[in-house]
Amino acid sequence: MSGPIHIQPGETFTLNVGPQHPATHGVLRVKMEMDGEYIVKAETVLGYIHRMHELMGENRTYPQVLPNLSRLDYLGALGYTHAHVLAVERAAGIEVPERAEYIRAITVELNRIASHLFWFGAFVMDLGGFTPLMYAIEDREYILDMLEAVTGSRLTYCYYRFGGLYNDIDDDFIDAAKAFIPRMRRQLKKYDALVTGNIIFEKRLKDIGPISAEMCRKYGASGPVARGAGIDFDVRKNEPYSVYSEFDFDVPVYHECDSLARYMVRMDEMEQSLRIIEQGLEKLPDGPIMPKKKPKLIKPPKGDYYQAVETARGSFGIRIVSDGTKNAYRFKLRSPTYSNMSLFDEACEGMMIMDALAMMGSLDLVIPEIDR
Amino acid sequence: MGAYFSEIFLGLKSLVIGLIITFKEFFKPVVTVPYPFKTIKMSERYRGHIELIEDEEGNPKCISCGACQRACPSGSISLASKSVEYEAMVKGEMKTKKKKVLTKYNLNFTTCSLCGQCVENCNFGAITFSKDYNLASSRKEDFHFDLLKRLQERNS
Amino acid sequence: MSLTILNAVIAVVAAIAFAAVNAAYLVWAERRGAGRIQRRPGPNVNGPLGLLQPPCDGIKLMAKQIMIPGGADKALFMVAPALAMAPAIMSFVTIPFSDTIVAHSMNVGVLMIFAFASLGAMSILLAGWGSRNKYAVMASVRAVSQNISYEIPMLITVITIVMMTGTMDLKELVAGQAGGMWNWNAVPSLASPLMPVSFLIFFICSLAETNRAPFDLGEAESELVAGFHTEYGSMGFGLFFMGEYANIVIGASLITILFLGGWGCPLGLFPGVWWFLLKIYILIFSFIWIRWTFPRTTIYGLLNLSWKILIPISLFNLLLTAGLLKVF
Repeated sequence: MSGPIHIQPGETFTLNVGPQHPATHGVLRVKMEMDGEYIVKAETVLGYIHRMHELMGENRTYPQVLPNLSRLDYLGALGYTHAHVLAVERAAGIEVPERAEYIRAITVELNRIASHLFWFGAFVMDLGGFTPLMYAIEDREYILDMLEAVTGSRLTYCYYRFGGLYNDIDDDFIDAAKAFIPRMRRQLKKYDALVTGNIIFEKRLKDIGPISAEMCRKYGASGPVARGAGIDFDVRKNEPYSVYSEFDFDVPVYHECDSLARYMVRMDEMEQSLRIIEQGLEKLPDGPIMPKKKPKLIKPPKGDYYQAVETARGSFGIRIVSDGTKNAYRFKLRSPTYSNMSLFDEACEGMMIMDALAMMGSLDLVIPEIDR
Repeated sequence: MGAYFSEIFLGLKSLVIGLIITFKEFFKPVVTVPYPFKTIKMSERYRGHIELIEDEEGNPKCISCGACQRACPSGSISLASKSVEYEAMVKGEMKTKKKKVLTKYNLNFTTCSLCGQCVENCNFGAITFSKDYNLASSRKEDFHFDLLKRLQERNS
Repeated sequence: MSLTILNAVIAVVAAIAFAAVNAAYLVWAERRGAGRIQRRPGPNVNGPLGLLQPPCDGIKLMAKQIMIPGGADKALFMVAPALAMAPAIMSFVTIPFSDTIVAHSMNVGVLMIFAFASLGAMSILLAGWGSRNKYAVMASVRAVSQNISYEIPMLITVITIVMMTGTMDLKELVAGQAGGMWNWNAVPSLASPLMPVSFLIFFICSLAETNRAPFDLGEAESELVAGFHTEYGSMGFGLFFMGEYANIVIGASLITILFLGGWGCPLGLFPGVWWFLLKIYILIFSFIWIRWTFPRTTIYGLLNLSWKILIPISLFNLLLTAGLLKVF
């Protein structure tokens, strides 16, 4: 609930939210100028977990950067690796077998659901409800088990390779994924009844934390934040990459611009991801997972390459400037959460702190991804 | 006035629905594993830290070419070898030949990111992933693995 | 003379022991209950079913150093935790567990309990003010405004009951409801057809008065770190924690006495202390159950609920009851 505030000079105090604060989900710091419970001015301070991934990308050979990308966003790691392999494949001109692309799409969508599930739990926990987090984690565990059986790790997968995949999927994975889809649909209904329909939850989110389409454009916000503001933009639909043009899925868009709209976008996206997985498993072609011809050493020709993908958090882009050597000359990562976070300062002015932090939760922040 | 009461009523109803859901969950079995007492089996492809593979004679298969060392993004692998002369039958006559024998294979697990580039780049199938995941220590030195020693310990 | 002193000492010690044991084991019950609701076992390592967990926690808390933040008001900082626990224990003195088990029967028992319950807000205010922490101050301001606004509908509901029964003695209140669940105050009667609504209002208010979720704004951990007890460690925190549970027991006992017939059996058979305990533990379970189901409300949502919904309805109920009492 934001209202007009009349502040006397000297009547405000500074509140340091973070770097260690339960609501910031990591080492984010927001310096807030407070008038009682109202935020007068907020200033986001970044950089507490900066690890120089871009520089690392310039100092290492292309395959050596692969594990870095999953460290950007530990919740939706596959989407980020996907961007990297697509960018390098485009640069080096490597053909990818169709089966590999299908498996990539299926695993990325599974990972997206896992990420959204964890966000769902953490978001409700931000609002004070602890139990949905545990249910969400239980569902997420099924996805992690599936992905672990295929990729060999549970969180920071290093699964995609230039030209294909590290491992092929087996029947166990297909069976598990097929069993998971109806289970997840049941669970989504349960979440709707337990959380979405809840009056307290609705009161906390409805008409709270407005982020307009104009503001999204100004700061370059993407993903569910932009779609919750009525901007119909999804990289999977607007600039189809991989095999996404083969799938039939909708892009959920809400026009309310409030926290509830962003919440609903993500909940609907999980359903759409399930649809993509269903179709992917059906259409999955046979064949190799790695191309027959693959250069031993990856040396993309001189040039400037860009690839954007839709990750769980928004549009993630990689720009690679190659000078023809085995290292990239410039390795730029455009991370969605950075743009989504940038609008927080402006959006939270005049809000009460509990609403502002609920809005921060609805942005779905992963701090290592902001700082890179 | 009607809206006022219908909101109260619908609100109460939504709260009761939530309570029913959690009440049902109350009687369902627990889904967790009591970790230190019980552990789950790691999947076939689980990528733990690397381990050397032995040949039929119990020696490491590694020919110390150093491909893994070069592939490692974090420089976690260091290996050393020495040349050994040995006699072998070549075209019916004995000849002394030289070959490299691994003398040291250290993995600095503190910097390893378990990406698996080393295993993939090994052309001789000499390294594999272990299934160890219960790795915890308060000392850094415990994560500097001497893989050659581990192999010998496994054999003896 | 000496016998009365001995009696008084026994009564007080028994009340303290009951409060302390309940406070300690309700922590266990809460954690087990939360675990079951969340599909996990909860504490289960120390002793059978984790029953030794509360003593272990207690020893750990008591062994810790008391840290007073620099610049804090030492006296207020130390007084606040004691003030959280003491009124809760004092209230037990006057609560009748059965016809005979009561430490000290008073003819204004209801009044005394509410007087002590109001002191709880004081401890939160002192804790927040004394810790010299912005989060703590914000939390204590919230908690106090919440406590004040929820005392109004709570007391109006109590007045309705006192008007019907004509007594403020807790024992007589229960005696008036003897003989089966159709005589309970929670059941609508001719004189007060809206009694179930009153029961609901009282229940919601006791949730808010004890600072329980979904009204735990005083310690909203996701926005105010730990609220008013951010700076407290060791047994200072332990006392706040135990005080909360002691207050829950008081709240449940009051609901039982005022609305659910105290130690009377629902069918009017074998009244006794076991019925009382059964009722309060069912109520406490529902407190726990609610806490682990709902998200937290906002401060203005909470005040809106109190001033726009609970107070008008309870006032209407009071007027209705007054009118009907005159008619019948």
